Amino acid sequence: MSTSYQLKRADFIFKNENDWEDVLRKSISRPPNELINELISSELKGRGGAGFPTGLKWKVTSEEVNDVKYVICNADEGEPGTFKDREILSRVPFKVLTAIAICGHVIGARTGYIYLRGEYFFLQNELNKAINEFEYYCKEIKFDFKIKIFMGSGAYICGEETALFESMEGKRGEPRNKPPYPSSFGYMGKPTVINNVETLAHTYTIFKYGSKRFYDLGVQYSRGSKLFSVSGDTPKPGIYELELGMSLADFVEEFGDDDTKAVQVGGASGFLVPRKRFAETNIGFQGKLVGISLPTGGSMMLFNSSRSMFNVLDNYLNFFAEESCGQCTPCRVGCQQLLKGIKAVKRGEKNAQYLDKMLKLAETMQFTAKCGLGQSVGNSFSSIVENFREEMIY
Amino acid sequence: MRKKIKISINGESVEVEKGTSILDAAKQTGVIIPTLCYHKDLCIAGNCRVCVVEIVGQKRLAPACATPCEDGMDVLTNSFKVRNSRKHIIELLLSEHNTECTSCYKNGGCELQLLASEYKIMNQDFINLVPFHNYTIDMFSPSIIKDDSKCIRCQRCVRTCAELQGVNALTMSYKGDHAKVTTFFEKAMNDVVCTNCGQCVNHCPTGALVEKNYIEEVWNAIADKTKHVVVQTAPAVRVGLGEELGFDPGTRVTGKMVAALKRLGFDAVMDTDFTADLTIMEEGTELLTRLKGALVDKNPTIKLPMATSCSPGWIKYIEHMYPNYLDHLSTCKSPQQMFGALVKTYYAKARNLDPDKIVSVSIMPCTAKKFEANRPEMHDSNYRDIDYVLTTRELAIMIKQAGIDFLKLKDMHFDRLMGESTGAGVIFGATGGVMEAALRTAYEIVTGREVPFDNLNITPVRGIEGVREASIKIENTLKAWSFLEGVELKCAVAHGLVNAKKVMDSIVSGKSHYHFIEFMACPGGCLGGGGQPIPTSPEIRAKRAEAIYAEDEGMPVRKSHLNPEVIKIYKDFLITPLGEKSHHLLHTKYTPRNRF
Repeated sequence: MSTSYQLKRADFIFKNENDWEDVLRKSISRPPNELINELISSELKGRGGAGFPTGLKWKVTSEEVNDVKYVICNADEGEPGTFKDREILSRVPFKVLTAIAICGHVIGARTGYIYLRGEYFFLQNELNKAINEFEYYCKEIKFDFKIKIFMGSGAYICGEETALFESMEGKRGEPRNKPPYPSSFGYMGKPTVINNVETLAHTYTIFKYGSKRFYDLGVQYSRGSKLFSVSGDTPKPGIYELELGMSLADFVEEFGDDDTKAVQVGGASGFLVPRKRFAETNIGFQGKLVGISLPTGGSMMLFNSSRSMFNVLDNYLNFFAEESCGQCTPCRVGCQQLLKGIKAVKRGEKNAQYLDKMLKLAETMQFTAKCGLGQSVGNSFSSIVENFREEMIY
Repeated sequence: MRKKIKISINGESVEVEKGTSILDAAKQTGVIIPTLCYHKDLCIAGNCRVCVVEIVGQKRLAPACATPCEDGMDVLTNSFKVRNSRKHIIELLLSEHNTECTSCYKNGGCELQLLASEYKIMNQDFINLVPFHNYTIDMFSPSIIKDDSKCIRCQRCVRTCAELQGVNALTMSYKGDHAKVTTFFEKAMNDVVCTNCGQCVNHCPTGALVEKNYIEEVWNAIADKTKHVVVQTAPAVRVGLGEELGFDPGTRVTGKMVAALKRLGFDAVMDTDFTADLTIMEEGTELLTRLKGALVDKNPTIKLPMATSCSPGWIKYIEHMYPNYLDHLSTCKSPQQMFGALVKTYYAKARNLDPDKIVSVSIMPCTAKKFEANRPEMHDSNYRDIDYVLTTRELAIMIKQAGIDFLKLKDMHFDRLMGESTGAGVIFGATGGVMEAALRTAYEIVTGREVPFDNLNITPVRGIEGVREASIKIENTLKAWSFLEGVELKCAVAHGLVNAKKVMDSIVSGKSHYHFIEFMACPGGCLGGGGQPIPTSPEIRAKRAEAIYAEDEGMPVRKSHLNPEVIKIYKDFLITPLGEKSHHLLHTKYTPRNRF
C-alpha cells in the first residue's frame, strides 16, 4: 500500500532569481570535473521522460576528444499532455541559457542550440532577446559561447534526439541507429549533449545550491523535484513542481475530481493506470520502491467516469499512426494495425481474441522498433486494453 | 589490423574484428540472418527490422545489420522471441503490401515473397491495409514502372539514388502511415531528374520498381511473318545473362546467347560491339579534331574536355544537372543508336529489305536505353531507329518462356555485316573500356604505333575506384598529326553518377585539366547496369569485369579500327569518320532539362 509519503510541493524552477550572471560566472570558474561530480551526486535524471543520468551524459561527452562539440536543449515539447517546457522558456529563460553555457564549459562546446518546437514560434522573439542579452554578458566576461535557436517544423518524432539531429542537419526527421550514441556522434557527427529544457533548468538549481539541496528532495532512485503538467478531468489543471516519489493515490487525492477513473502517466507514450492501481503506483524512475514506479516526462492526464477508454486509445493510436516517422516496419505498420484493429473489434469484424494478438504485436513493437516512439506505443495500448478490455469490445 | 573480439552466436564462439556487424559475424559462422533493407552496395538503414536478433541480457532485440559486435556478446538468432518477432514483422509487411503475387512482374524474384515462403506465413490475419491507401502506379516513364502498392519502404531505392547516383530523384516523403517513396512534388518519373539508370530497379527487393518490359511486343514482332526482326546484344549482356540461367557470376555465355536468340526466332542476330567499334572510329576522330581545334587553332567554341556519350543515364544526368556543359559531350550517338540508324539504312540496303518491315530490337544491360530509343531525335533512318529495348533480365525471361535449356546450347556466331566485333568493342561493357578502346585506336592513328602498354592492356583506366586518371604522352607522331607532338593526353574515367558529379564539379570550377573523360552512369559501367541480373554486389560486378577482360584477351582482333566490318562499312557506305553520312546517321544533339 501507499507509503506515508504525502505530496510535497517544491519551488525551484520558477523561483524568480536574478542571479544568473553570478551562477554562470562562478560555475565556469570551476573545473569541469567538479561540476560533473556535482551533477552525479545530485542523481539528476533526464526530465524528458527517459530518465538517463544527466551527470553521466555530460561526463561521457566531456571525455570525447574532439575540437567541435555541441550542447542542444531539446525544446521540441510534443508529448500529448505536456506543456511545462514552454513555460520554463518564457518565464525563466536565463536559467536555461545559463545551464546550456555551463554544459558547454563542462564538455568543451562553444555552441549551443535550442531546438524549439515549431508550434512555439511565439516564444522565438522573447527568447532571442534573452539570448542577445546573455551573449552580451558572455562577451563581457570573455566567455566564448553562442546560443542559437533552431525552429522545428511540427513533427513529434523530432523530439527523439537523433531524429532531432537529422532535422537540424536539414534532413528528414528519422531516428538513427544506435550505437553510435549522441555523446560520440551527435549533431553533425560531433559529440553532443542533448538535454530536455527542464533537465537543464534543474542543473541551474544544482550548480547554484549544490547537489545536496536537490538530492534531499524525492526518494531513492528518484531524486529531486519535477514539473508536472496536469490536465484532463481536474478542477485545477496547470503546472506544478512536486517532489518525485509520490503515490498516484496521493496525486489523485490532490488533483482528482472525486471521480477519477484512470490517470495517463507520461502522455500518450506512457502508461494508463486504472483506479484500482493508484495506491500501488509511484511516480518516479524504476527502482526498489514499493509497488510499481512509473517515469514521466511530466504529463499527467486524469480521466473520470464520463470518458470512454476506447476513444482515448483510438485518439492515441491515431496520433501515433500519423506521427511515426514511417521508416521502421514495427512502428509504421504496427500503429496502423493497432488502430484499425481496435476499430475492427469494436465493430465486431474481429473477435475479442484479436485483442490478444494485438497485445502480442504491441510487445513485438516494444522489442523491435527503432526508437522510443515505436517502442512505447505498446505502453498505453497494453495498459488500456488490459485494464479496460470490456470497453474495447462492447 | 583492427582489434579482435570474441562473441558467441547461438552458443558458438567466433572471433571477429572490432566493428563487425552481428550480421557479418553470423555469416562467418554459417548462420544466415534474413534481411530486406540491407544491401551490400548501400549504407545501413536498419529500418525493416527483419534481421532482429536477441542479445542475451537485453530486453530489446537488436537489428543485426546495424549493431556492431561487442566483446563477450551472447547473440541468439533463432530464439523464441526472435522467431515470433520476425514473423510478426513479415506479417506486418505483408499486410501493407499488395500481395497479388501471381500477377506481379517480380513473382519468383521478390525477397519479401521468399521470406513469406521461408517462414510459412499462412494464417496472416492482420488487417489488409492496401485498400486504405490511395496507391498509384506510375507508368509514364518508358523505362521504369513504380508501383507504390508493392513498396515496403526499405528505402533501398532512395539510398541507391542518393549514394550511388547522387541524383535523389526518389526520396521519402510524408510520415507515419502516409510515408512513401516519391519524387519531387510527386511528379511522374519521366518528369523529374530520374536518369532511368535503373539502379533502383536493380536494388528493389520487391515489385515496387521494375523495368517497363516489352517482352510481349517482341514476341508479337517475331510471330509476324511480314516483319524482319533484327536483334543486337550489348557487350555487358554476355557476361551477365548466364546468372539468370544457372551459371555462376562471371561466366561468359556469348555463343550460347547467340544460339538462344536464333532459337527465339530473330531473323538476324548481330552485335552492338560492331557499333562500339564504329563509335571509337567516330569518337576517336572527333577527339583528335577537337584537340586540333582547341590546342592549335585556339577556337574558343571548341570545348575540352570531351566527354563520352555512350551511357544514356549519364546523358540525361548532364542534361538535367549541367545543362550549360552539353558542348562537352561527344556528338556521337551511343552504339545502340548507331546500330539502330544503320539497321534501317545500311543493313536494309545490303540485304535488300524494306526498312518499314524491319523491327529493330536491342538487348541491353540497361533500362535507360529504353528511354534513349524513345528520344524524338532517334529517327534518323526516317523510322524509329530502335523499336524495342529489352534488358538482360527480359531476355532471360524469353529464353525460359521458350523452353530453351540454356546450359545445353551449342555456341553459335553472330550474323555477318554488323556482327563482327573486336576486343575493344567488348570492353565497352566495363568502366574504363570506352577510354581504353579509344586510346588503342587514337594513339595508333596519331603515331602509327600501338599504345605503349603491355599486351594493349591499359591498366590505369581499369579497376573499381570511382574516378581514375591516366595520361599518355604523344611522341614521334606521324606527319599529319605533328601538331600533337609532345602533348600529354590527360584522361579520366568515372562510373556511378555520384562520381560523375565529382568530375563535373571539377570542370565547372575550372580545376580540371583533362582532355577526354569517360562517364558511365552505373557502378562498374554497363556490366553493373540497371538491366543486369539481380542481385548485384561489388563482388558480382568484379566477376563480370574479369569476364569482360577475358573476352577481350581471347579476341583475334583487339583494336576497333581493324574490325573488318568497320573497314567495310567505311568503304561501302560511310566513306569517312565524321563524313556527311556519319554526321546524319551517327551523331546527335542534346537537350537542356529542368532540375527537379
